This record gives sequence, C-alpha cells and structure tokens, in this order.
Amino acid sequence: MRNRRIEEHPVLGSLRNRKAVSFTFDGKTCEGREGDTIASALLAHGIRQLRVHEESGRPRGIYCNIGHCFECRVTVDGKAGVRACMTEIREGMAVESGKVLPSPLNSSVFEADEMPRTYAEFAGKQKGDNKKEAPDA
Amino acid sequence: MRDVVIIGAGPAGLSAAIACREWDLSVLIIDEFPKPGGRLLGQLHQEPDGEWWNGIKEAGKLLNHATELGADIRCGVSAHHIEKADNGFKVHTDAGVFDAEQLLIATGAAESAAPIPGWTLPGVMSIGAAQVMTNVHRVRVGERGIVVGVNVLSAAIARELDLAGTELHSMVLPAKNPVTKHYGDPGEVMDGLARIAHMAPSRILRFGSILARAGWVRRLAVRLYPKRGVKVWGIPVHIRKAALKINGRDRVESVTVCNIDPAGKPIEGSERTIPVDFVCIAGGLYPLAELAAVAGCPFRYIEELGGHVPVHNERMETPIDGLYVAGNITGIESAKVAAAQGRLAGLSIVRHRAKDKAGLGQRIDEAMRHVTAIREQATIQFHPEVDKGRSKMENIFKEYRKAT
Repeated sequence: MRNRRIEEHPVLGSLRNRKAVSFTFDGKTCEGREGDTIASALLAHGIRQLRVHEESGRPRGIYCNIGHCFECRVTVDGKAGVRACMTEIREGMAVESGKVLPSPLNSSVFEADEMPRTYAEFAGKQKGDNKKEAPDA
Repeated sequence: MRDVVIIGAGPAGLSAAIACREWDLSVLIIDEFPKPGGRLLGQLHQEPDGEWWNGIKEAGKLLNHATELGADIRCGVSAHHIEKADNGFKVHTDAGVFDAEQLLIATGAAESAAPIPGWTLPGVMSIGAAQVMTNVHRVRVGERGIVVGVNVLSAAIARELDLAGTELHSMVLPAKNPVTKHYGDPGEVMDGLARIAHMAPSRILRFGSILARAGWVRRLAVRLYPKRGVKVWGIPVHIRKAALKINGRDRVESVTVCNIDPAGKPIEGSERTIPVDFVCIAGGLYPLAELAAVAGCPFRYIEELGGHVPVHNERMETPIDGLYVAGNITGIESAKVAAAQGRLAGLSIVRHRAKDKAGLGQRIDEAMRHVTAIREQATIQFHPEVDKGRSKMENIFKEYRKAT
C-alpha cells in the first residue's frame, strides 16, 4: 500500500519535523506522528475499521472526524467510549477496537417465552444452562 | 469565579477572548478538539488576488494574540451541561465545573447527513472529515474517491483534496430519498453551483451563473447539463448523476451511480458501478447549538441561517442575561464573519461589565459595521439570502423582548 502520509504539501509545507509516537491497536504496535489523533494515525496505516456495531457486528469507522457522530468510539487504556477522532495518541497508549456486546433482549436470539427475566437467567443461558433459575437469584 | 467563559476556541471564541483580555476581564476558553482554532484548521482557499488563505496560519495568529494577552485556553475539554446560577453560569465539563459571570457559546457548526444505503461502511466519511484528515493530520483519506453532494463546501474541499494529491473520480448528487431531499434535486443544486461559479475556473459555470439568475434559464441549464459533467479544478462535477448506494463487505469497494432526470428521478438501466476506496458525503452545515438550548435560550428556525439558531440581537446578546453567542452558531457564514462576530461579542461582554461605558458604545457600533462589511466582501456565501436571515433574527429578538 502506498504511503498515506502527505509529507509534502504545495501550500501547507513539509511534515518532516513531526516526531514519531508509538501505540498499540488491538495489541499490534503502530507508529503515528506527534499531533495525530488515534483515527488519523490508524488511517495512515490503512486501518479504517475502528469497531463493529455492538449488536449486528457490522464494521464501522470514522464518519465526521470532529467529535459529533461518535461512530469512532474505541477503548483507550481500559476506558470505553473514547472518540478516536478527538483523542491524540500518546507514547505507549493501548487502543482496543469496539466489539459485539451481549444483547439479552434480542428476540432473534431468544423466543419471546424463553426471554431471561433476570441477569442470572441470562448469564445461565449464555453458558448453555437452560435451567430456569429463581427470579431473585 | 471567572469574568467570562468561552466555549469554542475557533475564530469567534478566540476573537472574543482577545477583546475581553484587552479590557482586562479574566477569560477561560474551552474546546473539545485537541488543538485550538476550531474549523479554521484545515481551511485553505485562494483569494481573488491569487494569495492562499491558510486557516492553520490564521488560527495561529489569533491563538498567539490571545495567549500573549493572557487568555487561559484549555483544549480537549468537553462541555455537556450549562446551569444558570444566581450570579452567572456553571459550565459542566469532563474536566470539572467552571463558574462564569458571563458566558459566550461559540460552538460553530456541524455537518448535516445526506445518507444513502451503505453509508455506515468504513471509508465513508463527511466531507469535513476528509478536510481535517488531509490538511490538519496530513493523511490521505484514500486512493480514489467520490464526493456525494454538490455544494459550496464540498466544491471547496474537493479542490483541497486534489491539491494534496488525492484522486477524486467525480462529484455526484445523493439519490433522492426522504432524508436527502433537496441535496438530490438538480435544480436546487444548480443554484448552489451558480454561486461558486465566480471562483471556479470553468467557462460553462461562469456563463451559466450569469444566465441562471432567470429561473427558465436555470431549468434549461439543468436539462442540457453535459453528460460528461463540468470540470471544476479538473474534477468532473455531475448534477444529472446520483449515487444510489455504496457497496462493500468490510469497507468501501465501489459506488453504484445512475443518471437522473431534471427532477432527480433515477433513469432505469443507467446504473454503473465505480470502484473507489472512499466516499465523502456532503450535506451542508447547520449551527451547532445544543449548549445554548440547555442554557435555556429560546430558538427560531431560519432557513437562510442554516437551521435552528438561538435568539440573539445584532450585538450578539441572547435574551438570557449574561449569555452571548457568536460565529456559526448564529448562522452559517465564513470564518472571517465568525471572527468579526467574536470581536463584537467580546465588546458586548466588556460593556456589560464596565462601570465606565464611555467610548464602548462607539466601539460596538464600529464592530457591528465591521461584521456587515466582512459579510458583503465574502467570496463564498453559504446561503444567498443570509442578509434576509439576519434581519429576520433582529426582528424576532425585538418581538421577543417586547413579549417578555
């Protein structure tokens, strides 16, 4: 893949004096430049997908790039829901992409009459335990 | 307690801070973007005299001036709530609560969506997103792309992408649907094109813009619009082609484009698939005004100003004592107008506080005239009747004051 970095620009000048900063994305080491956001540093590597839709699992990346749409939310050093487009990279930062989350009320997973009534029931079903537990368990 | 808190470190917020610091008010500016400058950052266009106007440089000048005067500027701070207190405002942010006697909201604008099927795929972004990536972060958004949505903003940014060496296949309309509505109407888009024709190096457009003032000529221009499009800065611009959907599994792989009739209806059998790896959607701008709403400011919908705007007068005061607005939150216009409005808002804030108001009235009058003068000189007008929108708002404010 061609280098996506615009090193030289006819009006805006050169980029060569911006220092390198390294961080990880899903455990893989990436290098960005000082002043990069997580979103721009990843796009420079050709990485567009930052998360999947929490329920459907469909891929998502940046949309607005100025903090309004929240499509680019990732987990940064353990903190979830951080906007990749608004967060500058720091040396050693650990960025995780957004994953599919359990959807206990999704009727395509459960028939209506076997919907879990408590979290314990839901957790039991997730483990493959179909035995109904007491509602206050 | 500070004298003034300003939300938004763009041209309006920074200019207001400079005015307030010149009169020795204590000022805190917050902005949620990591860098100050707002959407000045990334703007890049050629003035009629051929000189490049670089928003990054302009932001730097304002920032230096505000910093030299001792304004406290904090970036990466998001405001999510404003409370009216007995003696001012409480601004709730992710970095704590800031107390202010007076508050200026200068949050600018956001982009309207013009969604078409497939727009959630990675590789689809707003046109403004591509501008920031290209000019601020200096990352090419892709190898080859299509711009969906033809308007003043997308034409300007398309040129910036081209300047940075990013290939654009073309600019087309979004297929007409209940959300895209007028963005998908060739006649309405032609109106917009006529407004940028004076700055586009295209004979057809320049000629068209003179003729297109008459409605029937415009309709004829739409009917006779060249099949190959009109090249603006080397990029084919189509108003008789629309993007139907964006295709791809994990990322953008192609766009399905079809021909449309003068009313925007797709012509069956004309579909073509164009391989691209990115798509920019351009639905225009609207005032970003939620914080004024939570602060309790009344609103009115004014189409010429870009949508719902907080009620305010020509001195940038809202009906809420101590609350001011400036920049694109008051209506979509250029960054230069925003800066002029910011200075005016700053002087209004100073006047509210000053014991000795002598001389300030005159300065405020001058600043008001300056806003009007800058508006008249603007090379790009986001809405052709912005003046009408501004005078509508003045009347609304007067009526509101009478009624309360």
